[in-house]
Amino acid sequence: MSYVSNTETDVRNMLGSIGVSSIDDLFSDIPPEMQLKGSLSLPSALSEIELDALMKKKAGLNNQAVSFIGAGIYNHYIPAAVDQLAMRSEFYTAYTPYQPEISQGTLTAIFEYQSMICRLTGMDVANASMYDGATSLAEAVILAVRSNSRSKIIICDSLHPHYREVLSAYSWANDLSAVEIKNERGLFSPHSLNPVLDETVSAVIVQNPNFFGSLEDVKQLADAAHAKGAYLIYAVTEPVSLGLLKKPSELGADIVCGEGQAFGNPPGYGGPCLGLLAASEIFLRKMPGRLVGKTVDADGKEAYVLTLQTREQHIRRERATSNICSNEGLCALRAAIYLAVVGNRLRDLALLNHETASYLKSCLAEKGIKHVFENPFFNEFVVRVSDAEKIISVCAENGFFFGVDLGRWYPLYRNCILLTCTEMNTKAQIDELMKIL
Amino acid sequence: MTIFDHRGSEKPSFLIPSFPLTGKDMIPHDYLNEGLDLTDVGEVDVVRHYTKLSAMNFGVDSGMYPLGSCTMKYNPKINEKAAALEGFAMHHPLSSDSASQGSLAVMYELARYLSAITGMSRFSLMPAAGAHGELSSVMIIRKFFEKKGDKRKVILIPDTAHGTNPASVVMCGFEVKEIPSTAEGDVDLIALESVLDETVAAMMLTSPNTLGLFDRNISTIAKMLHDKGALFYCDGANLNAVLGRARMSDMGFDIMHINLHKTFSTPHGGGGPGAGPIGVVPELEPFLPVPMVERAGDRFFLNSDRPDSIGRVHSFYGNFLIMLRAYAYIRTLGPEGIKEAGDHAVLNANYLLSQLKTVYHLPVDRICKHEFVLNDEGIPNGVTTNDIAKRLLDYGYHSPTIYFPLLVHGAIMIEPTETENKATLDEFIDAMKAIRKEADESPELVKSAPLCTPVKRVDAVRAARKPVLKQS
Repeated sequence: MSYVSNTETDVRNMLGSIGVSSIDDLFSDIPPEMQLKGSLSLPSALSEIELDALMKKKAGLNNQAVSFIGAGIYNHYIPAAVDQLAMRSEFYTAYTPYQPEISQGTLTAIFEYQSMICRLTGMDVANASMYDGATSLAEAVILAVRSNSRSKIIICDSLHPHYREVLSAYSWANDLSAVEIKNERGLFSPHSLNPVLDETVSAVIVQNPNFFGSLEDVKQLADAAHAKGAYLIYAVTEPVSLGLLKKPSELGADIVCGEGQAFGNPPGYGGPCLGLLAASEIFLRKMPGRLVGKTVDADGKEAYVLTLQTREQHIRRERATSNICSNEGLCALRAAIYLAVVGNRLRDLALLNHETASYLKSCLAEKGIKHVFENPFFNEFVVRVSDAEKIISVCAENGFFFGVDLGRWYPLYRNCILLTCTEMNTKAQIDELMKIL
Repeated sequence: MTIFDHRGSEKPSFLIPSFPLTGKDMIPHDYLNEGLDLTDVGEVDVVRHYTKLSAMNFGVDSGMYPLGSCTMKYNPKINEKAAALEGFAMHHPLSSDSASQGSLAVMYELARYLSAITGMSRFSLMPAAGAHGELSSVMIIRKFFEKKGDKRKVILIPDTAHGTNPASVVMCGFEVKEIPSTAEGDVDLIALESVLDETVAAMMLTSPNTLGLFDRNISTIAKMLHDKGALFYCDGANLNAVLGRARMSDMGFDIMHINLHKTFSTPHGGGGPGAGPIGVVPELEPFLPVPMVERAGDRFFLNSDRPDSIGRVHSFYGNFLIMLRAYAYIRTLGPEGIKEAGDHAVLNANYLLSQLKTVYHLPVDRICKHEFVLNDEGIPNGVTTNDIAKRLLDYGYHSPTIYFPLLVHGAIMIEPTETENKATLDEFIDAMKAIRKEADESPELVKSAPLCTPVKRVDAVRAARKPVLKQS
C-alpha cells in the first residue's frame, strides 16, 4: 500500500493522454545502466494492524521509569489542550506559510510565539525557530561575529558538553576560535574571564542555569564583556527557568539562544527540539531564520506574513544570513499554545520545579549524598556519590532513572551525578527513591 | 486577533499543584523576576482561539498541494499514532543505550532502508532538516580534503539550485561558483569543463533537477568531477521521482541528503520539524557526524569513537520522532509500495503536463519526472504567475511553487505527488483552465485574487518597510 488511489482505468487514460504505452516509458531518459533491476531490499509491506503491533513492540523495548534526568531535555507536563490543538491537521499538514492568505493560522501562532519569547527574555526580536539549542547557539555566535567583525568567542565548561561540541564543529567550519575556561566551583567566574577578554573577542557565552544547574552571575559577565566591546550571549536549556529568573535583557544579554523543548514538546529521544533565538534590535537585519510580521490585507484587515525575507536563502542564496529553511515550526506552535494555556502560572510552575529539586537535595543530604556546588540552583544540581555507575544501575532496576553520570564528560567529576526535578516528580516518588538509596 | 487580545481570566484554568515549601535553598531575591507578562486566558478561550486559527489554515488534509520541490504527499495517520506512543515520545535521549533499544533499533533500521533505497553505503540521521544535511555534508567534504592536505576552496552549483545549496556552502568556508544550465535544464557541460580544476572540492546537483528533469549527462558529470579528484553531492529533495527506479550511488554521487518531510511523508508542520539524513560512499563514512547508531549482535548502541568525524551537529541524535514516522512509512509501503509511489508521482505529473501544456506555456517540452515547470509567458492583460497562484487559492488549492527555479522567468512548478488521483487531478486541470480563461475574459478577478480566503491579498511590502515582529 502506498496511499496511491489511481485505478487501472485511470492509469490507462493518463498514459493515453501523455502518449506513452506504459509507466516504464516515463523513465526511458534514465540511462539503462542506471535503471534498477529487481526490487529494493526492504522488508515486505505491513498492514496497519501489523504495523501498529510492531511499533508498540518497539516502543516497549524502551525502558520507562521515574526519571530525574534533565541535562538539556526536560520532562515537563504537556497540557492536554496542546496535543489536541497542535494535532489539528490544518496546522500539522500545512507547509511553510509562503501563501499567507491561507496560512493565517500558522502565521498568527508563530507571531504569538515570537512575542512570548520576547516577553520572557526581554529581547526586541525573536525568530520563528532554529533546529535546537545547540545549533541556535552556533548561529547566535555567527550572528555576533558578523555584527562586530571579530572572530573569537569565550565559553566556560559549565556550558552543556554537547553544545560545546556543536559549537566546535560550526566554529571550525567558520574559521572561528573559541577559548574555553574551566568552571570555578561550578560557575563561570568573572575573574577567570578577565585575563582572556580583549578587543579580539566577539562574544562571551554563558549558559544560565548552567549545565550543573547553578545560577550564574550573568550581569557581571555581561559588564565585563561589554567593557571590551564584546556581546553577551545568554544560552538557556531549561526555559521554564525564565518563569522565575530575571529577564536576560536585564542582566545585559545581547542575544538569547537555547532550547525551547520544555515548552509543550515531549523529550522524544532528543528530537524534534526547538531552537530559541532572540536578540536586541541592532541584530535584526542579520538574524537568521524566519520572521513573522504584522501587516494588513487588501481590505485593511489585520494579517500576518513572513517578512524581511531578503535575509533568507531563497532570496539571497550565498549572501543569506543562514542556510536555514525548514525549522521547527510545529514545535514553536506547540510552545505558543503551551504558554497560552499555562500563561503567567509559569512562575508558579517554575517555583514548584525549584521546590521539588530542593526537597530532593535535602533528602539526599540527609542520606549523606551531598551537593557538590554550593550555588543557588533552579531545578538541577550535582551530587557526589561513592560509585555513580552502581547507584544508577540499582536505581534503574528499581524503576528510577537517577540522573546522569557527569564522569562521561568531565574527568574531574567522576562519581558526580546531575539530578533534575520537574513538576512531574512528586514528593511520593522522592520518598520512594530514598527507600532504595 | 492574537492570544494577547483575549480577555484575561481572574481565576486561572491551569492550576499548579502545591508543594510544601522547605524554605531551604531559597533562590536569592536578586536572581528573581517580579512577575511575568504572558497571558491569563482561560482554557475555553485558548481552545477557541487556536481552533479558529486552524480554520484559517490549509494543509494537505484540506486539499491538493501541488508545491513543486516540496513533495506534499499525504501524511499517514498511523505514523502519528506511532510517534505518540509513550515509549517513544517520553523517552529521554540520555537514557542508557540498554534502556533505549526500541529507539536505537528504529534509527539503525531506518538508516539501512535509506541505504537500500539510494545505494549510499551509510547514513547519519542526525541533521534536522535538508539544509542542515547540506551543511553537514559540506563539512564532510571540507574534512575529507583537509585530511588529505588538499586545499580546495570552490564548490560548483548549478543556477537551478535551491537557495539552501549556495547558502550552506558559504557557511562552511567555501566559495560558490555557479554553473549555467542549457535551455533544456541540463548542466552546461562546456561551462562546467571551463571551471573544473583542482580548486574545486565538489559539485552539488539536485537529481532529478529542479525543473523536474533527469539530467541525461549525469554520469559524464560524475566522471569529470572524479577525474579531477572532486566529490559529487546530490541534493536529494527530488528523490520521490526515482524511488525504486534509480539509485544515487549508480548515478555517481558520493554524498547526498534526503528530506524525510518530502519523500518519506513526514508532515511539514507549517515550517518543520523535518529531517535531512545524509548518506555517503564508503570512503566518506569516517567523516559522518557522531554519535552513529551501531549494532553488535542483537544489541544497538551509540558510538562516538570515530576520530575523523566532523563531530556533533545536533544537541542529541536529530529529530527522532520524525525518523520514526519515516520508518513507519517505509514499513507500510514495502519495496513495491516505495516503487509505486515514485511511479505514480511521475505518472500524475506527466498527466498534468500533457493537459496543461495546451493552456499554459511549457518552457521545456519533455517527459518530466515528478514535477514540471510552466510559466506565465503569453498570458494577456498583465496577469502574472503570482496572480494565477493567488486565484488558485479561491478554487480551493494551495498554489504551486512560484518563481523558482530562477532559470525560468515567472516559473510555476507543479508537483502533484502520488497521493492525488486522476479525479482530483482533473478538477485541478479544470481550475487551471478556468483561471487561464479568466485571464483573457475577466483579468481583474485574477489580479485582485484571492477573494474567498480568510484574508485577501496580504501587503508584504508594508510588513517589510515597518517590521512589527511582536505584540508589545
